[in-house]
Amino acid sequence: MSADGHHHPAPMSPVEQRVAALEALLTERGLVPEGFIEEITHRYESEIGPMNGAKVVARAWADPGYRRRLLADGTAAIAELGFGGAEGDHMVVVENTPAVHNVIVCTLCSCYPWPVLGLPPAWYKDPPYRARMVREPRAVLAEMGCQLPDGAEIRVWDSSAEVRYLVLPERPPGTEGMTEAELAGLVTRDSMIGVARL
Amino acid sequence: MQGFGPVGHSPAEPAFPHPWEAAARALMAVVSDAVDASGGEFRHSIERMDPGHYLTSSYYEHWLTAAATLAVEHGLVTRSELEARAGGWFPLSGPVLAPPVADAGPDVDEPRFGPGDRVRVRDWHPPGHTRCPRYVRGKAGVVVRVDGIHSVPDVEAHGAARRHEPTYSVRFDAADLWGDGQRGVSVHVDLWDSYLERP
Repeated sequence: MSADGHHHPAPMSPVEQRVAALEALLTERGLVPEGFIEEITHRYESEIGPMNGAKVVARAWADPGYRRRLLADGTAAIAELGFGGAEGDHMVVVENTPAVHNVIVCTLCSCYPWPVLGLPPAWYKDPPYRARMVREPRAVLAEMGCQLPDGAEIRVWDSSAEVRYLVLPERPPGTEGMTEAELAGLVTRDSMIGVARL
Repeated sequence: MQGFGPVGHSPAEPAFPHPWEAAARALMAVVSDAVDASGGEFRHSIERMDPGHYLTSSYYEHWLTAAATLAVEHGLVTRSELEARAGGWFPLSGPVLAPPVADAGPDVDEPRFGPGDRVRVRDWHPPGHTRCPRYVRGKAGVVVRVDGIHSVPDVEAHGAARRHEPTYSVRFDAADLWGDGQRGVSVHVDLWDSYLERP
């Protein structure tokens, strides 16, 4: 409420004004289908996300045959669970072990496996992560609180062409009696990017 | 480029923290569709941003700037229309510096390299779009995977011509890339056939 007693919306920022300008001009030319922006918002906020990748990881932990298929042909094995499409057409799954830690990055832009992880978080797209994960991954992982087993080798995967990567984290100890749904609840987005271990 | 400081990590966040970001994403899809932009042309329209603007603006401001640039370049809107509606300056990306690709050359149907082969990345600096990261140019590595045949971004970003080549995942020892003796670290980069030569 302002002093005159009426509600005034916050003024638009310059970038909001530019978005509104482009939207208005393209709409006038009949290029923006009715409801398109709402549809994009819904798709990326509700339909895809790391809950999908967590199901893939839990299945791999629970079913050794699935794990083998997943590591041999990530795209086909992920499709078995109904996930696929843009930015997931060529999937490679890299497996963490006590001796090997994998982590994914896109130094050139923001390539990321949308069908299993959703859209990338802001920090994944910003210069510090993109520049430093290939230059000093051990330091970046330590800063991010990712504790590696002593002597573990680090494998960084820069998604610079058509393949998109998913890290298969190690199954945590003490989870032997859990159902697949309970296992999926343990899997975090960060563990599938490779900036955390479970 | 280095010196950016710590990663601004957060464990989870909404896909679009601000509504304008979803709109920017949607408008890029609208423009790409209307002008039939290839993935290479789309990425290059972001890479052509003024470097200072690129580094000081957020991800979806990149998309907005690129969408507006492609819309102007393909004649959907004019810059003066955009600026009149926005009530001020509307920064756009800079011009394409590479000449159009008229003849893409023949497709490469068979991989020249296989897993275990040692390769070197060409040390060249094209004026247009490429997906060959600068930090591996001139460096030697080992092929770990062959990933099928794909359209070469350097070609598709610069006209209607297309060339298809195998891509490879190449493993580089981090100490070879950075000369700092770091141990137990490898960096894998996915590269098109024409980026590589025999060492």
